[in-house]
Amino acid sequence: MRNNSKTFIRMSGLGGQGVVTAAHILGMAAAKDGLESTVNPFFGAEKRLAPAESYVRIATEKIYERGEVLFPNIILIFHPHVITLGKCYTMPFFAGLQPGGIVIINTDRSQDLLREDDREGLVRLGARVYCVPATRVAVEVGGTELSTNIAMLGGLLGVQKLVSQEAVREALMERFGGKKFVASGTTAALDDVLKSKFSRLAQLVEKNVAVLAAAGGAVEEYHPGK
Amino acid sequence: MARQQREVDPEYLFFEAPREQVFITGSEAVAEAVKRGNVDMAVAYPITPQSESMHLIGDLYAQGYLKDYYRGENEFAVMAAVHGASLGGGRVFTATCGPGTLRAMEMFPVWAGSRQPIVCAFMCRGVSLPPSIQPENIEMAMLLDTGMMMFHAEDAQDFFDMILRAYAIAEQPDVHLPAGVFVDGFFVTHTRSAVMLPPEDIKLPAYDPRRAPVPTFDMETPPMRIIRDPLLNKSNFISYLANASWHQEIIAAAERARKYIRRYMGGLLEVEDPFAKIFLAASGTAVSQSREAIRVLKDEGIQVGLIKIKSIRPFPAEEIAAATAHAELIVVPEFNMGGWLAREIKASVDNNRRVVGGPRVFGGMTMPAELIVNEVKNALRDRFGAERTNS
Repeated sequence: MRNNSKTFIRMSGLGGQGVVTAAHILGMAAAKDGLESTVNPFFGAEKRLAPAESYVRIATEKIYERGEVLFPNIILIFHPHVITLGKCYTMPFFAGLQPGGIVIINTDRSQDLLREDDREGLVRLGARVYCVPATRVAVEVGGTELSTNIAMLGGLLGVQKLVSQEAVREALMERFGGKKFVASGTTAALDDVLKSKFSRLAQLVEKNVAVLAAAGGAVEEYHPGK
Repeated sequence: MARQQREVDPEYLFFEAPREQVFITGSEAVAEAVKRGNVDMAVAYPITPQSESMHLIGDLYAQGYLKDYYRGENEFAVMAAVHGASLGGGRVFTATCGPGTLRAMEMFPVWAGSRQPIVCAFMCRGVSLPPSIQPENIEMAMLLDTGMMMFHAEDAQDFFDMILRAYAIAEQPDVHLPAGVFVDGFFVTHTRSAVMLPPEDIKLPAYDPRRAPVPTFDMETPPMRIIRDPLLNKSNFISYLANASWHQEIIAAAERARKYIRRYMGGLLEVEDPFAKIFLAASGTAVSQSREAIRVLKDEGIQVGLIKIKSIRPFPAEEIAAATAHAELIVVPEFNMGGWLAREIKASVDNNRRVVGGPRVFGGMTMPAELIVNEVKNALRDRFGAERTNS
């Protein structure tokens, strides 16, 4: 990292898991917090379960660089298959991780995903590795596996407070409600249809905020050297 | 909504209207431009990474911003259809990329030849085997001599601004040529970043075909002279002369566009740090990557200037020669294998051994700043010896 004011994040997952949406929400939240941010996804032909990656750059000064993040500070692994089946664009899954970087893995720890050489590599980098049962939290708290991506963001914020929770809530409103809808969300002139839509939206956002908090509390550090 | 939009002076829309920041993708920026462009008709045909833009423009049609919109049979049909709509006096928009550009190729010189101010976006990608949908701008090399104007946007902000400004430039009566607005696919189309937008209740004035230097086609009374007696059916001196002079007139029209490019886009290029001895000269996303490399080199005590080339056709040959008159080294990073921009620059400057074509990234990979930094350092070492690298 050339400059301490930059954080580069790589999210690796499978198509359909919402890595692109998670990056979108994180980047939008960073922008709402007054930070500079760019977000971009990379995928081949769009299809479910194929490797999908997205990249978020957050900084205090303007970001020019585009494309894949080759040297991330933080890596989020949305699915065990990224590690065990090599469903990512770099091998091993932590290639390019900055020394002292952070890895957060979606796993309920029922099996050890890391091979011996992965563990050695992570120890050499002085990486901090965390596990978060994101899919389980999504199902139990959010009522749907579709919230896995938000649970991963919760895990990230549980480890490092990159953006405020309020900004994430606003970003969720904007992402799922549309800007105009949010702008008029508090006005009394909404007709009934819009109101019912708003209550569904509010519920969706509140559930995801709950997922965010629950996942943040469910993070456990994993020591690859032990 | 479309009905509530009012027409404003282009310069008010470009330079004076208050702007608000949004966090959007390059594809969304295209739709925001078309929304404010008073576009009559758009025709779409999907190809990654262009598809989302034309899909969003379909939404604009559904909301009443366009008079007509449909999906064509293929890219050739699309480019022929917008040509017809433009001949009929409408302001049109379409977009394609990569293999779509190549499939439609025949129509681009036709647009220029019939002097239609069509604006087309190109979200450049790999063209063929081995197949790649990823960013790469080799298709621009293939369009350099079609007669259309070519503008290369660096990011989503540029893309938004250049599409609208392309109409203002292309529709000038003494220009009246098609304009392609290019970006590197994915790096711009799929990247979300902050973009400043003017209000959505203002738009460009309507296109006025009565100001055109060529007659508008009226299909009730078709111009039989053009349809039945094209020049190619003749083989006499007058037909050769007409054909050759018409080609020259297309080139001259592009030359006359320079003053409008200066007025509306602030010049054909931008120079940063004009007194530097070393320059990075680039267009599109390679400019952004160069900006990062310049930061790194500066931290290491190496001063490097930047030449951002915005207009590829017409090409700012004289401006580049002037900006680099005292330069010792000009490094040209590109997102393609052929190195078309380096060739253009080498043909524009004296002592073109100063020009280093590279680094070149193709097949869809990114171009990390470190790659550009190494190219600069290696060139300095080769040409001036190790001592110069830390000057």
